[in-house]
Amino acid sequence: MSKKFIINRRSVLKYGGVASAALATPYFFTRGALAQSENYRNAPKGGTVTFGFNVPQTGAYADEGADELRAYELAVEHINAGGGGMLDTFSSSALRDAGGGVNGKKVEFVTGDTQTKSDAARASAKRMIENDGAIMITGGSSSGVAIAVQGLCQEAGVIFMAGLTHSNDTTGKDKRANGFRHFFNTEMTGAALAPVLKNNYGTDRKAYHLTADYTWGWSQEESIKKYTEQLGWETVAAVRTPLGAGDFSQYITPVLNSGADVLVLNHYGKDMVNSLTQAVQFGLRDKQVNGKNFEIVVPLYSRLMAQGAGENVKGIFGSTNWHWSLQDEASQAFVKSFGEKYGFPPSQAAHTCYCQAILYADACQRAGTFRPSAVGAALEDFEFDGLGNGPVLYRGDDHQCFKDILVVKGKENPSSKFDLLEVVEVTPRAQVEYPAELLGGELGPYNDGEA
Amino acid sequence: MDAIFLQILNGLDKGGAYALIALGLTLVFGTLGVVNFAHGALFMLGSFCAVTLNRLFNLSFVRVSETEKDFLGNPLKEQVPYLQEWFGPQVSGFLLEWSVPLSILLAIIVMAAVGVIMERGLIKHFYKRPHADQILVTFGLAIVLQEIVRHYFGANPIPQSAPAIFAGAADVGSWVGLGENVYYPWWRLIYFLFSAVVIFGVFAFLQFTTFGMVVRAGMQDRETVGLLGINIQRRFTIVFGLAAAVAGIAGAMYTPILPPDYHMGMDFLVLSFVVVVVGGMGSLSGAVLAGFLLGILQSIASMNEIKSILPGIDQIIIYLVAVIVLLTLPRGLMGRKGVMEE
Repeated sequence: MSKKFIINRRSVLKYGGVASAALATPYFFTRGALAQSENYRNAPKGGTVTFGFNVPQTGAYADEGADELRAYELAVEHINAGGGGMLDTFSSSALRDAGGGVNGKKVEFVTGDTQTKSDAARASAKRMIENDGAIMITGGSSSGVAIAVQGLCQEAGVIFMAGLTHSNDTTGKDKRANGFRHFFNTEMTGAALAPVLKNNYGTDRKAYHLTADYTWGWSQEESIKKYTEQLGWETVAAVRTPLGAGDFSQYITPVLNSGADVLVLNHYGKDMVNSLTQAVQFGLRDKQVNGKNFEIVVPLYSRLMAQGAGENVKGIFGSTNWHWSLQDEASQAFVKSFGEKYGFPPSQAAHTCYCQAILYADACQRAGTFRPSAVGAALEDFEFDGLGNGPVLYRGDDHQCFKDILVVKGKENPSSKFDLLEVVEVTPRAQVEYPAELLGGELGPYNDGEA
Repeated sequence: MDAIFLQILNGLDKGGAYALIALGLTLVFGTLGVVNFAHGALFMLGSFCAVTLNRLFNLSFVRVSETEKDFLGNPLKEQVPYLQEWFGPQVSGFLLEWSVPLSILLAIIVMAAVGVIMERGLIKHFYKRPHADQILVTFGLAIVLQEIVRHYFGANPIPQSAPAIFAGAADVGSWVGLGENVYYPWWRLIYFLFSAVVIFGVFAFLQFTTFGMVVRAGMQDRETVGLLGINIQRRFTIVFGLAAAVAGIAGAMYTPILPPDYHMGMDFLVLSFVVVVVGGMGSLSGAVLAGFLLGILQSIASMNEIKSILPGIDQIIIYLVAVIVLLTLPRGLMGRKGVMEE
């Protein structure tokens, strides 16, 4: 005859304690085992792990794409060697301590051509995930592409480490748990650039915007309008132009007698090269309007674009994520390793992509797994230094990096064909920070792509 | 009024490029009956003649500077152009500055040769084949040509500057009695005049020379001209070379307006075919008229006042006009009876 089961305070405490211990024990002992579980998308099986580099090899941003690919290849070299370039200056020593590779696996990579088109970018990312077993996708040189591929990676259950994407929406209304961005955004550009514009051009200006007609252009136009109108500037008109328009003359002619005294070119890559060149050809920089010198502003600059636009960039202000002329130890280490390998200095696109590859590999090493949710947790609120932008925070709330922003100007007397931009101000991180909820969107849960 | 005037000028120089490409297309189609989808690539190759000439003038040897450092802090390896070493900075500077106009000479030779090789090596085998085959093979050739250019010159646009004397903008407002601030770039005016001269030259060549007369006769009836003992085939080869040279020099002169890149041929090709269809297949004057007309309409449609009423009209105006013209005049504005109507 069994003893009668009596519930009293003593038995609740006794059995409750035993049950709690029993429940907690497996988790305590298997926490590492769970993380190492291979029940997630493209868990690497052999001695290698595959990264997917999805960059524009054709289209309006092809030059940026080529530089991104160079940087990724350099990053893979450094990760596999356990040192070199900025891996030596990076504040996290996880990869260096590992002595090469990530989680004991050597890194291999596959590449794809986004063609600077969202559908082509999604197709090549899908191929890399489904056919090549890529554990992580990184790259892109267009916010439209980044947002499209980020959505795909979320659905597929792999991490997306955004390359060059500047639209607020990437870590704003379109943010996803599986997506992370090292590059800055238009909100930060507006906050950093406006004070410099005020100091140089005053508070009484009339601006005319020409804007690339897709998410990045809209985002930049909105941010620059917001911050310049706060200064007292009036926006005369904001005209959208198709991506890759080539000849912008039909859009530039109306600027001539619009009453505007500033032209803001919300263009990038080949489009910026063409629109700026043509604006200068139309004599805009030699004009006087409203008693002031007519000015042109290019809010997002890159050395590659400056090279394409040649002499036309002289004296024109803009912002950039990083520039090769920075003298800190990390930037110099990167310039040296990149320059020795390729014979010219890296662009900001190359820098951010190199950083993203290193940051991902480091997070995997620290997490002890490639499982997206664990890697994401290792990146969230991660503070680091030694990657060329000073101290940086990977904010957990929106997966956006926060760092100092560079305001640059086209150099009047360049000493070489690479020495085209000069840093006129380093805007402190505190000045460009904003609450995560400002840009809307929801991260949602991680997707590990579990079978 | 100022804005309309400027947009008309914009339309004229854009129309000049459309007309020159469409003229070559029509010339080939009218004489050889070949639909040449590689014609845009010839325009692109012409623009790369300017890039090549510029690079030839810049061919350099390396001299290590004792005093200056490169971006890595090593002694600077200076690139010294041979031209500068041989003829001094003045002569080499002049040649570099005038490399775009000078490239026309290179473009004429290179592009005429490309045209002749293309016609003899490929096109002649497709004379009697359906238009669909011609389109496929020439489109394939265009892709091959642009990928070769991309391989050797890269994907990035390569800026070419016009001579300094043509830099800046002309005060066109004062010329026609309009207000201040009505400026237009000198080089674009030059391009418009240049395209008008080339178009006139081609017309004069076909109209006032014996060669042209035979070609025109061949356009009407190839067999009869052949029966008269005239080697019409050789003349057609020359015409193909001429069409390629026209596209090439149009491309070379266009480089200060739009920095050349490997894809520019494709960008112009589709528009130029619309121009040819609107002008009327096989009609040289129709191609020129439609080129300028569509260029001007496209520019006027991009005015903010018009776009505020009809958003996106600047993107579709050319195709809209094509639809209207083809619905009302199925042969195009100046199309000949019997062309593509069998």
